Amino acid sequence: MSILRVENVVSGYGSMEVLHGLSVEVDEGQAVAVIGPNGAGKTTLLRTIFGVVNPWKGKVYFRDEDITGLPPERIVKMGLSYVPQEHNIFPTLTVQENLEMGAFVREDDIRPRVEEIYALFPDLTDRRTSPAGDLSGGMRQMLAIGRALMLNPQLLLLDEPSTGLAPFLVDAIFDRIEELNAQGMTIFLVEQNAHRALQSSDQVYVLEGGEKKAEGSSQEMLADEEIGRLYLGR
Amino acid sequence: MLELLVYGIILGSIIALGAIGITIISRVASRMSNFAHGDFMTFGAYIALVVNGTLLSGVAFLQQKVGPLTFGLGLLLALVPAAILTALLAIGIDQWVYRPLRARRAAPILMSMVSMGIAFAVRGVIYIIWGADFHFYFSGIRRMIFLPMGIKIRPDEIFIMVVAWGLVALTYLFLGRTRTGKALRAVADNPDLARVAGISTERMIVWAWGISGGLAAIAGILYGVETQLRPEMGWGFLLPLFAAVTLGGIGSMEGALVGALVMGIAQQVSTAFLLPTYKPAVAFIIMVLVLLVKPEGIFGRR
Amino acid sequence: MQIQGLLSFLTSFAIMAAIYGIFSLGLNVQWGYTGLLNFGIAGFFAIGAYTSALITTAKPTGVLADYVTQAVGFNQPFLVGVVGAAIASGLMAALIGLLTLRLREDYLAISTIGISETIRIFFNNERWLANGPEGLVGLPKPLHDLVPPMYYNFIYLIIVLTFLVLIYIALQRGIRSPWGRVLRAIREDEIMTSANGKDIFRFKMQSLIVGAMIMGIGGALYAHYAGAIQPGLFTPLFGTFIIWAMLTVGGTGNNRGAVLGAFLVWALWSWSTFFILRVVPASFQTRAPFIRYILIGLVLVVVLLKRPRGFIGEETHVSKL
Repeated sequence: MSILRVENVVSGYGSMEVLHGLSVEVDEGQAVAVIGPNGAGKTTLLRTIFGVVNPWKGKVYFRDEDITGLPPERIVKMGLSYVPQEHNIFPTLTVQENLEMGAFVREDDIRPRVEEIYALFPDLTDRRTSPAGDLSGGMRQMLAIGRALMLNPQLLLLDEPSTGLAPFLVDAIFDRIEELNAQGMTIFLVEQNAHRALQSSDQVYVLEGGEKKAEGSSQEMLADEEIGRLYLGR
Repeated sequence: MLELLVYGIILGSIIALGAIGITIISRVASRMSNFAHGDFMTFGAYIALVVNGTLLSGVAFLQQKVGPLTFGLGLLLALVPAAILTALLAIGIDQWVYRPLRARRAAPILMSMVSMGIAFAVRGVIYIIWGADFHFYFSGIRRMIFLPMGIKIRPDEIFIMVVAWGLVALTYLFLGRTRTGKALRAVADNPDLARVAGISTERMIVWAWGISGGLAAIAGILYGVETQLRPEMGWGFLLPLFAAVTLGGIGSMEGALVGALVMGIAQQVSTAFLLPTYKPAVAFIIMVLVLLVKPEGIFGRR
Repeated sequence: MQIQGLLSFLTSFAIMAAIYGIFSLGLNVQWGYTGLLNFGIAGFFAIGAYTSALITTAKPTGVLADYVTQAVGFNQPFLVGVVGAAIASGLMAALIGLLTLRLREDYLAISTIGISETIRIFFNNERWLANGPEGLVGLPKPLHDLVPPMYYNFIYLIIVLTFLVLIYIALQRGIRSPWGRVLRAIREDEIMTSANGKDIFRFKMQSLIVGAMIMGIGGALYAHYAGAIQPGLFTPLFGTFIIWAMLTVGGTGNNRGAVLGAFLVWALWSWSTFFILRVVPASFQTRAPFIRYILIGLVLVVVLLKRPRGFIGEETHVSKL
């Protein structure tokens, strides 16, 4: 069952076109990765899906509902959540407050949910009252993801979750992502760290210059020599 | 000199109330500087004059002075409609004028310029309705209380301090403990992420204007209690307000408070050497000195 | 004669409109070309007017000295006064620029208000300088013995228009020059213009000074037209924001628009005078002049809302995320 469908999206900034008619599809329960070099348009794709950027042409569907051009405040209420690559926390708010903001649209008691997030990222528990800006890179990333999880999204969009993290932290983050996927959350992530992305996903798209260059099962991609040469540094 | 210091603290407390409003708007409502803030203060003061002096003037017991204060319960009651109406004025202006500009991605400087036009328009209305003469909330003699070290203050001034700092404390509580307050801070931190989290920045901007307008109104009324009402009363605060915010560090609440106190004290102390009419110059010089020496201000960041 | 009255009115109107046109041109150099938010025009207005007044009058002696005090009086001809006004204004601009040009634009704006108010207060309080609140009177009118007093204003109109045209031509040539192009580039995007911050500062300073000198000339021209000046004239409304309204209406960056805007807004202002005197009932007469605050305020708001063309209007917001 398709949960996310991006159809022929053309998108960009000002007069600069970044995505030239891109189509991707994600089925419910899958973990799908988009890999590709810098400047391929991976971040633009996520921004376009989440309404941070409006596409010039094309459509975005969430469970058959047209969400093209809707503002982020509305999309987040529909069951999608977005973890940006940079500036993804509120620096002067505490860790606790960051999480609370993640559930801003909920009127009820969110404390149980906050505790669940702390259970998922135990390292954050000791820093509850610290300003988020004081956290290290790895903890910030965990907080950013935790914030996005507060509403228990059906579809989680992640922009380069491995950015600036040491390898063991990258593993930790991706382990969590795999856990979430195993529990039924659909994952759609873009990554520069192609190897790890392929390991943690079912399907993969290769994006270059705003266009789809390849797609298929992640396992096959991992084994593919051409892909390995181009993107995995073999 | 000590008396000037005390008086400066009182004045600084009023400035502080206004400076918080300026800071909130500059951090939440698209980084603009609200040049109409002084005239919002004036507006609030005059609304209270109408409510207390005209509407409630017939109610005898409301006009009886409360204890040693120079005014009655009527003025206290008037605080509420004044704050609410000024908040509504600020929100209304935002929705009618600034919001369309935001939608068009107008630069903050453009909105600041428009706010100057708003300032003149508001002042003009006040001039026309009430004229250029002074008005007072009360009539009669001002009594003094004598404190140690030869300081004389009026009971009114204690009232001013209590109200001003009480509201500051309330604002802090609101921003720190309530959901909306935290959301305001989130928008101030990172407006794009706030939207991603589901916070409506437009709604938060409305809150920001409401709080800012309400605080400005109270500040204006307090100033009216301290001195008198005249149409230019708020306009004269504009420079000390922005100087205070600059001194404390643009964007910092604590900075605004500290800056306000420093500004109030500096202006009062300056009257020992200069004519009182030079107070704007004092505010300006301090602001420029701060910006030349430490541009981020005392608590500045970013 | 009806025609006489109409001509007389039109001449007075044109003189003031042209003087304000000069101010508008000066502001256009500062804001339209370089993006400097000068909210302290009244200060340069005052400096220009007072400098010319002090230069062209004689220091009072004898009985007069009991009533009028002024610090200096050089009793020089009109043109010397105008030149002096420009120089004094330019010097003041240099001082102000040193203090404020590094400020963020809206804080520069607030500072300039503070400065211009301080200047006004200074002239008001320091009696020894220029007679304090009463100001200076009897300012000489150039070429006044050429024609009977009844026709003098025509002469003055020609004088003012001459200055206006000369300044206009000078600015038009200036804007096409390399200097002018740099100024425009600074205004468009500071970051892209020059890696050298010191250069940008220099250009901004030049723009501030040139604009101020033009405003100083305007101030002098006003002083000799009115014949008398007091500190109370140089208020934010009459001395600063009316000019902002003019430049806004005319469309910034455009010298022709600056002058056109001056004529349009002065027409509005003059109409309001008529309205106040003739239409408003007597009981409201004392308050009616304040309608001008609302007028100027609304002009600023409405024009900026409807036609922000020429302003740093469209900021492309690229999300940080």
